[in-house]
Amino acid sequence: MLTPEQQALKPNDPKMTARDVRVFYGEKEAIKGVSIDVDMDNVTAFIGPSGCGKSTFLRTLNRMNDTVSSARVEGEITLDGENIYAPSMDVVQLRARVGMVFQKPNPFPKSIYENIAYGPRIHGLASAKADMDVIVEKSLRRAGLWDEVKDRLHDSGTALSGGQQQRLCIGRAIAVEPEVILMDEPCSALDPIATAKIEELIHELRGRYAIVIVTHNMQQAARVSQRTAFFHLGTLVEYGVTSDIFTNPRQERTKDYITGRYG
Amino acid sequence: MAEHTVKAFDHEIDQLRGLIAEMGGRAESALEQAMSALIRRDQKLAAEVVKNDAKIDVLESQIEKLAVQTIALRAPLANDLREVVAALKIAGVVERIGDYAKNIAKRAPLIIANKNLEPLSLLPAMGQIAGEMVHDALNAFSARNADLAIAVVERDRVVDDFYNSIFRTLLTYMAENPKMISESAHLLFVAKNIERIGDHATNVAEMVYFAATGQYLPDRERGEAPEDK
Amino acid sequence: MTASRNPTDWKSDAMQKRIARRYAKERRFKALGLAAILLSAGFLAFLIITMLGGGLGGFTRTQIRLPVNFATAPIVVDPAVLQGANADRALSAANLPVVTAQAAEAALGKDGDSLLAPNAWLVVRDAIKADPSILGKQVTLNVPASAAIDLAAKSDGTPEAEQAYAMLRQKGVVFRSFNWPFLSASDATDPTLVGIWGAFKGSLLTMLVTLALSFPVGVATALYLEEYAPRNRWTDLIEVSINNLAAVPSIIFGLLGLAIFLNFLHLPRSAALVGGMTLALMTMPVIVIAGRNAIKAVPPSIRDAALGIGASRVQVVFHHVLPLALPGILTGTIIGMARALGETAPLLMIGMRAFIATPPGGVTDPATVLPVQIFLWSDEVSRGFIEKTSAAIIVLLVFLLAMNGIAIYLRNKFEKRW
Repeated sequence: MLTPEQQALKPNDPKMTARDVRVFYGEKEAIKGVSIDVDMDNVTAFIGPSGCGKSTFLRTLNRMNDTVSSARVEGEITLDGENIYAPSMDVVQLRARVGMVFQKPNPFPKSIYENIAYGPRIHGLASAKADMDVIVEKSLRRAGLWDEVKDRLHDSGTALSGGQQQRLCIGRAIAVEPEVILMDEPCSALDPIATAKIEELIHELRGRYAIVIVTHNMQQAARVSQRTAFFHLGTLVEYGVTSDIFTNPRQERTKDYITGRYG
Repeated sequence: MAEHTVKAFDHEIDQLRGLIAEMGGRAESALEQAMSALIRRDQKLAAEVVKNDAKIDVLESQIEKLAVQTIALRAPLANDLREVVAALKIAGVVERIGDYAKNIAKRAPLIIANKNLEPLSLLPAMGQIAGEMVHDALNAFSARNADLAIAVVERDRVVDDFYNSIFRTLLTYMAENPKMISESAHLLFVAKNIERIGDHATNVAEMVYFAATGQYLPDRERGEAPEDK
Repeated sequence: MTASRNPTDWKSDAMQKRIARRYAKERRFKALGLAAILLSAGFLAFLIITMLGGGLGGFTRTQIRLPVNFATAPIVVDPAVLQGANADRALSAANLPVVTAQAAEAALGKDGDSLLAPNAWLVVRDAIKADPSILGKQVTLNVPASAAIDLAAKSDGTPEAEQAYAMLRQKGVVFRSFNWPFLSASDATDPTLVGIWGAFKGSLLTMLVTLALSFPVGVATALYLEEYAPRNRWTDLIEVSINNLAAVPSIIFGLLGLAIFLNFLHLPRSAALVGGMTLALMTMPVIVIAGRNAIKAVPPSIRDAALGIGASRVQVVFHHVLPLALPGILTGTIIGMARALGETAPLLMIGMRAFIATPPGGVTDPATVLPVQIFLWSDEVSRGFIEKTSAAIIVLLVFLLAMNGIAIYLRNKFEKRW
């Protein structure tokens, strides 16, 4: 159930909701009853120490935990009101609607064009080459990469720099017109300049997509998000407006973590 | 409260608090000595107070530098951030308190000449309360004690009331003793300075409250301004 | 305040000795490695030199310039018939062997016929077929010499043969040339007439069958085991079984082939189809093992990326995993096929040891393969077969190199960096 503070901040039409979600890896309970709302207008950041379950919880939102055979998910997670773990939910479609960007940039070993075009192609979003060209250009523009690669769309995606690769991965996620974008520490492998570009990109994407970002870097969470959730040992300790969490957190554990008194 | 994982952070916070405490102590004794010079008609003491104000100014720039450095290097958050920002602001305010004390000391020689100035006897009490307010506000900062800060804020009313009565007294005195108008005017300024010191101590207390709790105190009730009568 | 420093003393005697020992160890190891390589290279060089030395001779043949006077020859053929469809029949009844023998005796003396190869008359027949106008004229034809003369020409003959050869040389009618028929003919009883084309084609067909069966099955098995199969005791058992299968002696597969394909399914004996199926059983485990390793080597980040944008399992496997695993799979296939190419024992068991005088037409015709052919020729009594055996070995090695070359080219073409 939502805490009173969460109730106070509850959005009018949340894009995704989670209620009492528990995740088990075999016998071990990794996520212990987390409830949270994600909405379109606010970027939500998940922070917490290593092993607190923020990445695990993120992956329940697009059912990537299904790939781990020992993982079991309880509780309810909905996308636009539909339970995503119901048998009637098509996982393939879910993952197109809820896109994911990973910690280490992982473009396909194909051309830049093909990287972007792959998703729309398998989902049948473009029939003619002209339509596909439009999608590729739009996605690369939205990802802030078009100007840098427009003359070399057929070069390999892996020949780009780390920051460009990550923007390519964001563009790839955008190409299938998702509704939610999940980002799992997208900048941890990047230098400060590339990081700044990605943060700026997140700012531009806000509102068009519901964005959830997991990060180790508290300054980044503070800069990039409007709502922050602090996870600790598998539970959601505190959720609130980002500026409040970072200037005046309510919970002692939250305060200890963000001021560096943790551990 | 647990220590920071990075020990240097704790060290810098402690240094900052130490400098604030030192600065506060100096401002407090500046006020005390200025009042003493005034009452005992001690010109030498007054001159010393004026000279020592430079040290208070130096401390302010030291605190400013340390606070900026801490913010840049440690990226403090939550209560640490509030404390560093409060320290920065308090340093500015205490520097002004020091300036007011210097001002009082500067006026002392001009008042001392005349031995017989009745309203002078009201000032020591007022100065004492203001001095205690400064002392308590800085104690509250040092102890991160919100309740102590609230107590200081409430005491400002007393100082304001004091000022109002001295104001009326001096007006009456000036009307009755036109030859003492010059000294009376200086006395008025001294009273005003002490009242301002009381206000500044209240400012410090408000900043301490914010640093400790993250909330703002509701607007306090001010004493009636005598000019309104 | 300076902390006390106690760095390791690298200059002490004990440390220096240890360092010297370490370098000595490295040098010894390097020398050992070099020695191993040189030894292997030496063996390889010995093999090649022996083979080339013995086999190159097999690629040459001895021919004799024989004048044939068709005007005076006792040919019984009507020139008119030669234009028509019955030309071959007419020629076979035309008494050509006698014609050739007579020409030989006329040109080379009493035993002239014995100096020619038994099929020398075929050259005369082909000459008439090509140009019927030579009938009624005297022409000189190049006919193959007998095996004895051939050996004498290679300084390996009996004294009589040597004498005859010397005589022929005196007359200036004998010469050596490249042995084209070796590459186009099939097995024969006479060493001068043998060719490897029959065995070569048999090997080719067998390899094609093996590839067509083992590659898809092996790759599909590897994909299933890596991507879809759950991890439990049963799959572990399967993995252990496949690993063991790869090490089973090949003759066991021959027995398996005999029992199932020949005795149970009654497939044609000695056919490339059966040989291919037997070898496929042998090659499949190798491909599965190499395939599984190649698939395991594809980083999970690529799979995650594909799953993340909503690719189904099948799409992840065929669009992403398989193309990246292909170089590794091809390597495994090369290894498997090279082993299969050189197998003799299982094919002997299923009967590919017969004397095949004509090359196989399709996969169900009786055939033999190069290694078996080599084995059979090495058993022959006639001395001329020695060099032919070595020549066949050279052909086998060239075939192997060509196969490896193609596979490596394909692997490099598909290699993608990620």
